[in-house]
Amino acid sequence: MKGVVTSISGATVSVDIRGLQLYDRVYIGHARLSGEVVHLEKDSTTVQVFEDTHGLSVGEPAEGTRAPLTVMLGPGLLGGIFDGLQRPLPALQRRSGDFIQETHDVSSLDLQQQWHFAAEKQPGDSVAIGDRLGCISEGHLRHPIYATQAGEIEQIVDGPLRLESKLVTFRGGQQQYAWENWSVRHPRFGGHKRSAEQPLITGQRCIDFLFPMMKGSVAVVPGGFGTGKTVLEQSIAKFADVDVVVYVGCGERGNEMAGLLSEFGELQDTAGRPLLERTIVVVNTSNMPVAARESSIFTAVTMAEYYRDMGYDVLLLADSLSRWAEALREISSSLEEIPGEEGYPTYLSSRLAKFIERAGVVETAEGKLGSLSMILAVSPPGADFSEPVTQSCLRAAGAFYMLDTVLAHSRHFPAINWSQSYSLFASRAAKYFRQQVEPRWTELQTACRAILQQEESLREVVEVVGMEGLQDRDRLLMFTAERVRRDFLCQNSFSDDAFSSPQQTLERIAGIINNYRQAEKRLAEGEALADILRGDGDAAG
Amino acid sequence: MRLAEHCYRSICAIRGPLVFVERVFEARIGETVTLLAPDGQTLEGEVLKIDTEQVLIQVFGETYGLDLEQTSVTFHDIVKRAPLSRHCLGRIFNGSFRPIDGAPMFIPERWGAISGAPINPVSREYPREMIETGISAIDGLNSLIKGQKLPIFSCAGLPAQELVAQILAQARLPGAGEFVVVFVALGLTYHEYDFYRRTLEEMSSRFVAFFNLAGEPVVERLQAPRLGLTVAEDLAFNHQMDVLVLVSDMTNYCDALREISTAREELPGRRGYPGYMYSDLASLYERAGRLRDRKGSVTLLPVLTMPEDDITHPIPDLTGYITEGQIVLSREMQQKELFPPIDVLPCLSRLMQHGIGEGQTRADHRQIANLLYQYYAKGRDLRKLEAVVGKDGLLEEDQKILEMADNFERSFVHQGNERRDINQTLDIGLKLLGEYGVKLP
Repeated sequence: MKGVVTSISGATVSVDIRGLQLYDRVYIGHARLSGEVVHLEKDSTTVQVFEDTHGLSVGEPAEGTRAPLTVMLGPGLLGGIFDGLQRPLPALQRRSGDFIQETHDVSSLDLQQQWHFAAEKQPGDSVAIGDRLGCISEGHLRHPIYATQAGEIEQIVDGPLRLESKLVTFRGGQQQYAWENWSVRHPRFGGHKRSAEQPLITGQRCIDFLFPMMKGSVAVVPGGFGTGKTVLEQSIAKFADVDVVVYVGCGERGNEMAGLLSEFGELQDTAGRPLLERTIVVVNTSNMPVAARESSIFTAVTMAEYYRDMGYDVLLLADSLSRWAEALREISSSLEEIPGEEGYPTYLSSRLAKFIERAGVVETAEGKLGSLSMILAVSPPGADFSEPVTQSCLRAAGAFYMLDTVLAHSRHFPAINWSQSYSLFASRAAKYFRQQVEPRWTELQTACRAILQQEESLREVVEVVGMEGLQDRDRLLMFTAERVRRDFLCQNSFSDDAFSSPQQTLERIAGIINNYRQAEKRLAEGEALADILRGDGDAAG
Repeated sequence: MRLAEHCYRSICAIRGPLVFVERVFEARIGETVTLLAPDGQTLEGEVLKIDTEQVLIQVFGETYGLDLEQTSVTFHDIVKRAPLSRHCLGRIFNGSFRPIDGAPMFIPERWGAISGAPINPVSREYPREMIETGISAIDGLNSLIKGQKLPIFSCAGLPAQELVAQILAQARLPGAGEFVVVFVALGLTYHEYDFYRRTLEEMSSRFVAFFNLAGEPVVERLQAPRLGLTVAEDLAFNHQMDVLVLVSDMTNYCDALREISTAREELPGRRGYPGYMYSDLASLYERAGRLRDRKGSVTLLPVLTMPEDDITHPIPDLTGYITEGQIVLSREMQQKELFPPIDVLPCLSRLMQHGIGEGQTRADHRQIANLLYQYYAKGRDLRKLEAVVGKDGLLEEDQKILEMADNFERSFVHQGNERRDINQTLDIGLKLLGEYGVKLP
C-alpha cells in the first residue's frame, strides 16, 4: 500500500495511505525510515517514526506493510546486541561506521550462519502445533524448534542448517524455517501460568536474605541518580542463577553500555562460561530515537518469552523504566493527547501492568516449567517516589527495593533502604532456604531485622542525648547494627565479594549475630563494654 | 530532492522567534532558510514542523523588523550544517558561527550536520584514562575520565567560572598531554564573557569559542552547543585531538528551550519545561565519548546553575540522569571561604572506578578515597548531633572524627590557586588519615 507524506512534526508523520490497521509497520520517505501506525482517521493516518526525521520532506513516498512491528526469533539471539527495533548493532557498525547513520534493513539474525539441527521427526510423521521437531545446540543451551503449523512432514533437515533455508516442508507445500517472526506487542504464551516456588538467587546479600525474589516474579528498583541502580542491575545480570539474561538499556548512557559490553565479554558466569553467551543485550541509548526506546522493552520481553517457552529460567533487567515512560509521554504529547498526572498519558499504568504481567512461571507444551522474572529500575525525578511511574510499578510488582540517596552518599552500596523496601515472597522463599540451606534461616532473618529496627529507634535517642547518654546494652546494639550494615549489607560490586551464595550469606550473618549474643551475655555478667568490643574487634580483624 | 532554492513571500504569522509560512512546496524538516527583512537585514532559520497548509520556522536572531507582506523566505534544500576545519582553532565565533574576533572566516574543509548522529554503542571505547585537573576534590575523590561527561552544579553567586578557569589552565592528560578546548558560552553577561575571554587568550590557540551573550538571540542558545559539539567531534575523530568541551551555562539553554516550546504552544511538563527535555539534553551530552581503535576523545564539562540551590529542579535532575556523575558546589563551603567550594558528599564520578588504581594513578588511590569519604560523611553526621548535644556530649572518638572533617575541608578540599598533581593530592589525604590513626586496610 503506497502513499505520500502529508505533514511532519518531529517524529510524528502523517501519510495519506488508507486501509492500514493500528500498529502496522510503515516505511517513510526515500530513506525508508520505519514507523508504526498510532492513529487512524478517515482521511489521514498518523505514524510514529522510529528514526531521526531530519531532512524528510512532505510529498516523499510512504509504504504500508499490513504487518505489525515484529522481532525475529530463532537460534543466534544469545550473545546478540540489538537496538530497540532488534537491529543488530555490530552489523550496523559494519554497514554505516561508528555513528548510526541512515539505517537500512539489516536482518536481526545472521541467516548465513551454520547450525546443527538434530531432527526428532521423520518424513511421514504427523505433527500438531507446538510439537518438538528437533533441537539446535546454541552455545550451551539446547534450543528446541517447535512446529508452528500442523500437518504431515514431507521433508525435514537433519544435520547442518542455515537459517535462510527451510527446515520443514509439509505435505501440501507449507514450509517452516528454524526462525519465526512475532509481533512484539502480543504476549507469546497462551497456556497455563503456575505459581512461583523457587527463589531467584541474585548473589546480593541484602536481597537474598532480607527481600528475596522468586523465579517468575517482578521487582522494582527505584532510586534517584547516583544511587547505584545500574551497578546493582549489572551485578545481578552477572551472577543471577538463571539460564538466560535479557538486559535492556533503555534510554541510558552510551559509555555505561560500552562498559557493560566490554565487561560481559571478559567475565564468566558462575558455571565458568563467558557471560555474553547467556545474555541478550538490547540497547537504546538516550540519544537514539525516542520511539525505538518505547518499543525496546517490548522487543526485549518478546525475546525473553521465546526462551522461557523452551522451559528456561529467564531474567529480564530493564534500566530504566522511567526512560521508557518518558518516551511514552513524549510520543503522547506529540500526538496531542490529553495528559494525565505529570504529563504522562492516562494509559501509562495499564500499559505498564500489561508489560509486567508478561512475567511469570509457565508450564510449557512439553510439561517443563519456564520462568520469566523481571528486575525493573525506575529513576524517579528528584528522587520523589510519589511520582506516577514508581507508583504504577508498585501496584504491579511483588518486590520493592528502594535505593536511598542518603545511603549512597555515605557510600553504602547496594544502597537498598532496609526499612522501606519489601518483598511479598519473603515467607515463601524462607521456606525454601530453611529446607535447602539452614534451618535457622528465618530465626536469623528476624534477629537481623530486629537489630536494624532497634537501631533506628535508638538513633532518634542518640540525636538528642548523644552516644555518651546511652546505656551499655544499647551501645552494644548500635555497634552490632553498624557491623550488620558495614560487613553484611554492604557489598562491593567491584571486588570478589560481588557474589555471595546463600551459604556464604548465612555464615556471615550468623557470625555477627552469634558474636552479639555472646557479647550480650558477657555484658549481663558484668564485663565492661569496652573490653568486650575490643575482643570482638580483634576477632573480626 | 528539489536541488533548488525556493523563495516565498507568504508568511502568515510571526510569533516571537517563530515564523509560519504558507503554501511551501516540499519543505524538509531541519532545512535551513534565510529570511530577508524589508530593511535589508538577513536572518537564518530552520524548519521545525510541516503540515498540509503551513511550515513552521524557528528563526536564529531577533525577529524585530519582520513583517507579513514584504519579508521573503528562501528555502535552501539542505539541513543545517557546520563548516569544519582545523583552522577554526584559536578563533571566536558567535552563536551562528560568524567570527567575532575581527579575522575573516576560515575556508571549510568539510561540512557536518549539526544535529550529529548517535555513536553506535558497540563502537564506543569505555573511558579509562584519568584527566588530572589539579584539583584535589576532583582528582582524589571524583576523578574526571577522558570521554566522560561530568557537569558542575553551581548556585547563583558561587565561583563556578573561577573553578572552570582553573581547570582550563591546569588540566593535563596522562603523559602530560594537552587539550584543545571548545568553549560554548550561553547567555553570559558581559562581565562573565570578559573573564572567560581573558582566560582563553592565555591558552594561545588551543581553543575554539562560541559566545552567545545574555542580550543576544535566544534561539542561538539552542544552536551554539550543537555547533560546538560538531566542531569537537571533527577535531577529536578526524584530527585525533583530545577535546574538552565546556558549556556554560546549561540553565540558560534549558530556559531557551522552554521559551521556544511555549511559543510553539506545546504542552508544558515539570515547571513549564517541555516533556522532551530529557531527550534533548541527551542529544547534547551523549556526544561525549571515545571510539574503539581511534585516537581522540570528546570530554564534556557542562556548567549549570541550580535555580534556588535546588538539586531536584528539573535542570540538574535530568542532567544528573544523563551525565556520568556531578561536581556540586555549595554555599556552605563558600561561606567557610574554601576554594573550590566543592561539597564532596553529593559529588560522584561514575567512571572513576576504572580510571584509578595501579597502572593508572596509584595503587592506594581507591582506598584513600573511600576512607576519606567514609570519615568525612560520618563527621558531617556528627556535626548535626553536635549542634544538639554540644561537643562535650560526644564520645571522644567522635570528637576526633569531627575534628578530622574540619581538617579535611581546610587542607584537602581547600587549595586556592595551587595546582596539585595526583601524588600530592593522595599524599595530603594519606597524611590526614595518618594524623588520626586511620590505616589503609
